[in-house]
Amino acid sequence: MQRGWFVRRSRTEGLAIDEMNDAWVKCNGCQQILFARDFERNLKVCPRCGHHHRLSARERIELLADPATFVERDAEVVSADPLGFPEYADKLSKGRANSGLPEAMVSGTCTLSGIPIVLAVADFAFMGGSMGSAVGEKVARAMEYALEQRLPIVICSCSGGARMQEGLLSLMQMAKTCAAAAKLHEIGIPYISVLTDPTMAGVLASYASVGDVVIAEPGALIGFAGQRVAQQAQVVKPPPNFQTAEFQLEHGMVDIVVPRKELKHTLQRILRFFTGG
Amino acid sequence: MRTILDFEKPIAELDANIEALKRITAEQGIDKSEQIAALERDRERLLREIFRNLTPWDRTLLARHPQRPYALDYIRVIFDDFIELHGDRQFGDDGAIIGGMAWLNEKPVMVIGQQKGRDLKERQRRNFGMAKPEGYRKALRLMHLAQKFGRPVITFVDTPAADPGVESESRGISEAIARNLREMIMLKVPIVSIVIGEGGSGGALGIAVADRVLMLEYAIYSVIPPEGCAAILWRDPKRAPEAAEALKLTAHDAQRFGVVDEVIEEPLGGAHRDPLAAAQTVKEALLRHLPPLQKLSVGKLRESRYERYRNLGMWHIATE
Repeated sequence: MQRGWFVRRSRTEGLAIDEMNDAWVKCNGCQQILFARDFERNLKVCPRCGHHHRLSARERIELLADPATFVERDAEVVSADPLGFPEYADKLSKGRANSGLPEAMVSGTCTLSGIPIVLAVADFAFMGGSMGSAVGEKVARAMEYALEQRLPIVICSCSGGARMQEGLLSLMQMAKTCAAAAKLHEIGIPYISVLTDPTMAGVLASYASVGDVVIAEPGALIGFAGQRVAQQAQVVKPPPNFQTAEFQLEHGMVDIVVPRKELKHTLQRILRFFTGG
Repeated sequence: MRTILDFEKPIAELDANIEALKRITAEQGIDKSEQIAALERDRERLLREIFRNLTPWDRTLLARHPQRPYALDYIRVIFDDFIELHGDRQFGDDGAIIGGMAWLNEKPVMVIGQQKGRDLKERQRRNFGMAKPEGYRKALRLMHLAQKFGRPVITFVDTPAADPGVESESRGISEAIARNLREMIMLKVPIVSIVIGEGGSGGALGIAVADRVLMLEYAIYSVIPPEGCAAILWRDPKRAPEAAEALKLTAHDAQRFGVVDEVIEEPLGGAHRDPLAAAQTVKEALLRHLPPLQKLSVGKLRESRYERYRNLGMWHIATE
């Protein structure tokens, strides 16, 4: 198991009340103070209100992959600064420091309840999980590897969208990832897309929406335009659950909303439908 | 009412003087032809000078120029016997995306375009060129129709963005765009896209996955509008001109990144000064790019389209 990206412990989202004392966290949903150990044991889902807090890529992989089966691939693919964009180099270093990862997407192979799969997971702590050339390349490579090995692929998205700092090249990753997805679609390789909080804009409008099955985590923010843009000058008033997993389920854009503690089991059942029998 | 951009003002003043002299000639029979010719020479020299030094922000304003020719203006000049087809067969008909059958010099083609409105009423009907899910689904329906009968597809790209509203979200705007990206990659007939004005992010890309992407000289293509970028970067949308610079959104940048295959030169002073000539140039470009694509086998065509998109992007290989 490669652990290059494992070196630094990523930031926990639930806020530590006392920075010196990690024993307590505050829920971002109900603001209740929670015992950190219970919170962690409950997969960062608030035991009181059910709010699903963000997981790092490492935590998500631990949740889904069978112990010690994840082998990372393409870790060497990292962002360049093709536009010489203001502050981008700085943001990249901060992203690396915040996430402990070389890039906003971690991909590799593992088994999930014994089923061999390709797994790719985005990490929000790296520049909001945004998709630049490197992320697009890693998604495309993961899909191509799934195709080559005839393995099902699971991609967990967690992203604000395309990465502005790489301009048009980021936009083109939407086409690139969908091109790879098109090949999976044509050959019939199962692709399961898991939308976690948040999955927005250029990521939702590309590979994340073309899975054979699209799963979302409860309460996840899932939408096309930023809330501010979407609500400006609107004729139709947005409903209270606008751009949530539940809203997308109601409008037919998501197959199932699955609580985190059932995610692995649900994935196993779906993968079995495609690959077993 | 004609819109005159700030950097176009010296030209507009000269135009007014030339007009006045012509009026004197016509009304009073006084020969002013020498003065007129001199002013026209000045005008051309000035135009050349101004348009040689355009900033990315100037180009953004030109791409959005209210007099700039829109998709239907090009279609009327370039093609014969255009029959517009409507509706996505699922929800409705989107005025922001138009499409239909047409003939390009005796060859049948499917034409699709994003359409902005010229006056207030039409702008509302066209939703300022911002397509909704039904627009992208109509476009895909027409592409599949083209595929069924072996007709190439030509798309005209001109949108600030896909529609960001509540309705569009409810009907799956992201899914509609994503599906188009996946389906266009696999389409069995040639696709040529021309960015004629604003190439606004995913909204533009939703009809712009093609074997050849052409772009007019003063069009822009960007992942985010400069105003939005400036708001995020500096919390100040007024710094859009700087953002336009940083985003590298000009036609020549797009060509440098491999996103665009050819930059189509516009008439002196921009397409809005001579829409007919602009359309003729676009037509010539289409006639140059389409026939070689039509000679390729379906397999070869799709393979090169895949490779074209697969290779886009610039990243590093980390050494440790």
